[in-house]
Amino acid sequence: MSSLYGVREYSRIAEIRGPLLIVEGVRKVSYDEIVEVELSDGSRRRGRVLDVSSNIAVVQVFEGTTGITTTGTKVRFLGRALELPVSEDMLGRIFNGLGELIDGGPEIVAGEKYDINGSPINPAIRAYPEDFIQTGISAIDGMNTLVRGQKLPIFSGSGLPHNRLAVQIARQASVKGQNEEFAVIFAAIGIKYDDYIFFKKFFEETGALNRVAMFVNLADEPAMIRLVTPRVALTLAEYLAYEVGMHILVILTDMTNYAEALREISAAREEVPGRQGYPGYMYSDLASIYERAGRVHGKEGSITQIPILTMPNDDITHPIPDLTGYITEGQIVLSRDLYNKGIYPPINVLMSLSRLMKEGIGKGKTREDHSQVSDQLYAAYSRGVELRSLAAVIGEESLNVNDRKFLKFADLFEKKFLKQGIRENRDVETTLDIAWELFAELPEEELTNIKEETIKKYHPKYRAII
Amino acid sequence: MKVRGRIKRISGPLVIADNMAGVQMYEMVRVGEERLIGEVTRIKGDTAYLQVYESTTGLKPGDPVEGTGSPLSVELGPGLLGNIYDGVQRPLSSIIDYLNKIGSSRSIFIERGVDVSPLSRDKKWYFTPSALNTGDSVSSGDVIGVVQETGLIAHKVLLPPGMQGKVSWIAPEGSYSIVDPIAEIKVNGEVKEVYMMQRWPVRTPRPYRLKLEPSEPLITGIRIIDTLFPMAKGGTGMIPGGFGTGKTVTLHGLAQWSSANVIIYIGCGERGNEMTEVLERFPTYKDPWSGKPLMERTVLIANTSNMPVAAREASIYVGVTIAEYYRDMGYDVLLVADSTSRWAEALREIAGRLEEMPAEEGYPSYLASRLAEFYERAGRVKAYGSPERIGSVTLVGAVSPPGGDFTEPVTTHTRRFARVFWALDTSLAYRRHYPAINWISSYSAYVDTVSDWWSKNVDPEWKSYREEIMGILVRENELQEIVRLIGVESLDEKDKLILDVARMIKDGFLKQNAFDPVDAFSTPKKQFELMKLIIDYYRDATKKVEGGTPASRVKELLGRLYVDIVKARFSVPNEKLEMIYKLKKEALKAISSA
Ligand SMILES: Nc1ncnc2c1ncn2[C@@H]1O[C@H](COP(=O)(O)OP(=O)(O)O)[C@@H](O)[C@H]1O
Ligand SMILES: Nc1ncnc2c1ncn2[C@@H]1O[C@H](COP(=O)(O)OP(=O)(O)O)[C@@H](O)[C@H]1O
Ligand SMILES: [Mg+2]
Ligand SMILES: [Mg+2]
Repeated sequence: MSSLYGVREYSRIAEIRGPLLIVEGVRKVSYDEIVEVELSDGSRRRGRVLDVSSNIAVVQVFEGTTGITTTGTKVRFLGRALELPVSEDMLGRIFNGLGELIDGGPEIVAGEKYDINGSPINPAIRAYPEDFIQTGISAIDGMNTLVRGQKLPIFSGSGLPHNRLAVQIARQASVKGQNEEFAVIFAAIGIKYDDYIFFKKFFEETGALNRVAMFVNLADEPAMIRLVTPRVALTLAEYLAYEVGMHILVILTDMTNYAEALREISAAREEVPGRQGYPGYMYSDLASIYERAGRVHGKEGSITQIPILTMPNDDITHPIPDLTGYITEGQIVLSRDLYNKGIYPPINVLMSLSRLMKEGIGKGKTREDHSQVSDQLYAAYSRGVELRSLAAVIGEESLNVNDRKFLKFADLFEKKFLKQGIRENRDVETTLDIAWELFAELPEEELTNIKEETIKKYHPKYRAII
Repeated sequence: MKVRGRIKRISGPLVIADNMAGVQMYEMVRVGEERLIGEVTRIKGDTAYLQVYESTTGLKPGDPVEGTGSPLSVELGPGLLGNIYDGVQRPLSSIIDYLNKIGSSRSIFIERGVDVSPLSRDKKWYFTPSALNTGDSVSSGDVIGVVQETGLIAHKVLLPPGMQGKVSWIAPEGSYSIVDPIAEIKVNGEVKEVYMMQRWPVRTPRPYRLKLEPSEPLITGIRIIDTLFPMAKGGTGMIPGGFGTGKTVTLHGLAQWSSANVIIYIGCGERGNEMTEVLERFPTYKDPWSGKPLMERTVLIANTSNMPVAAREASIYVGVTIAEYYRDMGYDVLLVADSTSRWAEALREIAGRLEEMPAEEGYPSYLASRLAEFYERAGRVKAYGSPERIGSVTLVGAVSPPGGDFTEPVTTHTRRFARVFWALDTSLAYRRHYPAINWISSYSAYVDTVSDWWSKNVDPEWKSYREEIMGILVRENELQEIVRLIGVESLDEKDKLILDVARMIKDGFLKQNAFDPVDAFSTPKKQFELMKLIIDYYRDATKKVEGGTPASRVKELLGRLYVDIVKARFSVPNEKLEMIYKLKKEALKAISSA
């Protein structure tokens, strides 16, 4: 913040509207400045300035305005933007959604303070992510590879096992040839207590708790804080990655709750609503969170982001998944159909994508046949799925022999490749070998995505001869 | 007299300032103590509405606002190529150096209020004057001299638009910086200095003598584009598609392979890593036409999605102005913008904060006219000045429709102005059919324009083969409708053959892996030969089927050669086309016994 005016206190509240206070008679208040509201009973809340003109400030109160009165309330402008004091000692600790300790443990010696909004990373200093992260999950490693510094969200639906998948990734994620584990920063954004306990237990059981910092805003806590929680978490992540040099995995769940809080504040400000009431600036706003991932030249660490969101009505064209997909580097889409068929992880690979996969795989990283295998899996499985719907109309017996093989391939793919145990950690070679076993079920001349010499080297038929 | 006012109100990127009487519409202003860059977007009495190109956090009512007296402009001169700029032409690499130099601990970030010139004032360029003598008359657009800007581009130093007079001095051959005068021109008795650098306001198109019809294809090496939906030098195109359908990969491909001299790549509201990818790769990738590093012909403009939204609106104009500048030197320039939807959304956000009456979906009513103005800046032109030069600006914009729905305003309006429409299809992308350009709904208005070129330079039969391949694809699309209802078996044999050949076309011609070293770029000749291979096979196979052989039997006879045909796109390099001729001979022979 450019210049500090110190703390100024005002008490003329002209209007209270939703989470907003309209304060009159203010002077020298700056945009985005942080505010402390003291109620007549002495209790305190936090807020920030959303709009300011010569003598009026619009203040968003994080904890909500319930109980606030126009008289007897003091509004203090603190002369700075919302900041988080950061330190390495924050790992292993639990904070509320505003970044305050809530685990009852000892105070942390406060380090330097950072503006939680961060600043955009200069694209000229980014380093393109290309280190393969093995998650041990075939659908991800084989077909939607995650790399260090990527932002890869999970698009889920209510009731689908996204939490389980997220913890499986957190537990198994490793980078070949490096035994340094990820430190995890976990931001709970308006999630249910059960879900929170699920994550907490998991971190405790795996003994990972001392490498995890949790920022927790639960469903019954004030919605406005949700706008702050991911930013607080990412501020710590940036410090640890770019100043301390650690590799950080950030899990943000559930971004749908975040977007709903954004819609609420937009409505309170009486802004022109965009699609389904979400504000027109939601794209840029989400980007200011998701783009806080990556690697940069000259710094050791990295930030890998796994945001989780639940698609309202399982609809991928809903503004929340839609805008997210336009920003993130791919998406892992969970499918209710597969889940109902008893397949875990129920990943719809056709709708899933990892945009950074190509740089993370291949000779020296995973295996030389990886990209061809992935292309062929996509080609064959999508053909099988298409034939499945055709067969549903005209009957399987009307399909020719070849087509029936693809139909069978699709089933085998789901049962053998996709499906795996919650604790099953497949290395990438195993994943690729399973794919080759499936290819052996198809006529060889249908493997049009794979080069001749690759077939000769990896196809079980030729391997068996050697 | 510079206008000095005071901030009255701040709301996101919009700042309202008082006491601004005398400020011009679109004048560039400096806002606050940190002198952030802004632009006037509306004037009411002595109140000015400013869009600010940096984060407004911390600005306060009462802070100063200062006019600069001129509209938002770019610096044009040697040093643009190979550089990366933000949306208002701040040099992003130099900003890092600058922050390091002043000892900032946050040099990986873009901090506010950093003021670094777009073009280096220190760097010396070797200037070779044109054959001009004292007393010669010169007018705007005349080439004063040349600087070898990169290994690829000879930068012509042009007399700025509007300048005319007699040469009173011209610098001898030698090294000069862009702020050293390289000539003096006497204009109406007054002597004016000429530099290698000039400024131009971004919202004003640069003038040219004459607009010409596009006539040559812009070859991209992407088969479905060059063969089915071609682009012309000086043309306009759009590439709409939902997320993950391949807009960015296609635009990277165009930037990488196109037969243009200069590329302007605008990352407008998209990912930081996509700019990084270009920055890291292009210096090592070779231009397929010249063998020189691609970065030597490229200028990057980056306003990534997390950078200030107002600068997103400006970035498009900054890019197109630089494009016009190289066009005026006589170069073929390709500008790609990823994505124009983010530009339109920035327009909407600013309009919303100005409380303007929204038209469709919250966009301001002038969305269509802004799009029209932008695409109108494309074209093949005869430039002002001598020697005579013809240059072109080709504009291609990605469009990102919400939910992948092409009926939304940005897509529908852009369709009115862009003459090539490469429609990306989510269902093709899900199947990993890349590029996921839908061959039924896409179109190009330049097919006839470029067919002369193909017939002269590649093969006289290009057009008829192209029509045949389109015909098969269109027919297959109809047949698929029928198949979905009653299955394949009920089709007659000729139609079954069409299904088989259409699959061959899709797998062996339309699909093109942008990351496969052989497949990624097809020369025009290879494109033609692959097409001919499949169509010649189809013609022979049709005769067999007409003679009573079932389509399935023809395919059986072709046997493993089918695989060789569809793999030819990545197994046959551009310089080994005889492999295709051999393959064709074998294929025709294999089915001849039917
Ligand atoms: N201010 C805005 N910002 C962002 N998107 C908007 C805005 N206004 C409208 N939209 C978009 O417009 C769509 C339709 O809006 P709506 O008001 O229903 O228009 P109409 O009634 O003309 O169809 C929404 O789904 C959304 O995409
Ligand atoms: N021509 C192509 N060849 C290979 N892969 C492609 C091609 N086009 C797109 N892809 C794949 O699709 C992904 C998404 O493409 P991208 O251009 O980033 O989509 P968009 O910009 O439309 O969101 C890429 O990461 C890549 O994996
Ligand atoms: Mg893109
Ligand atoms: Mg409507």
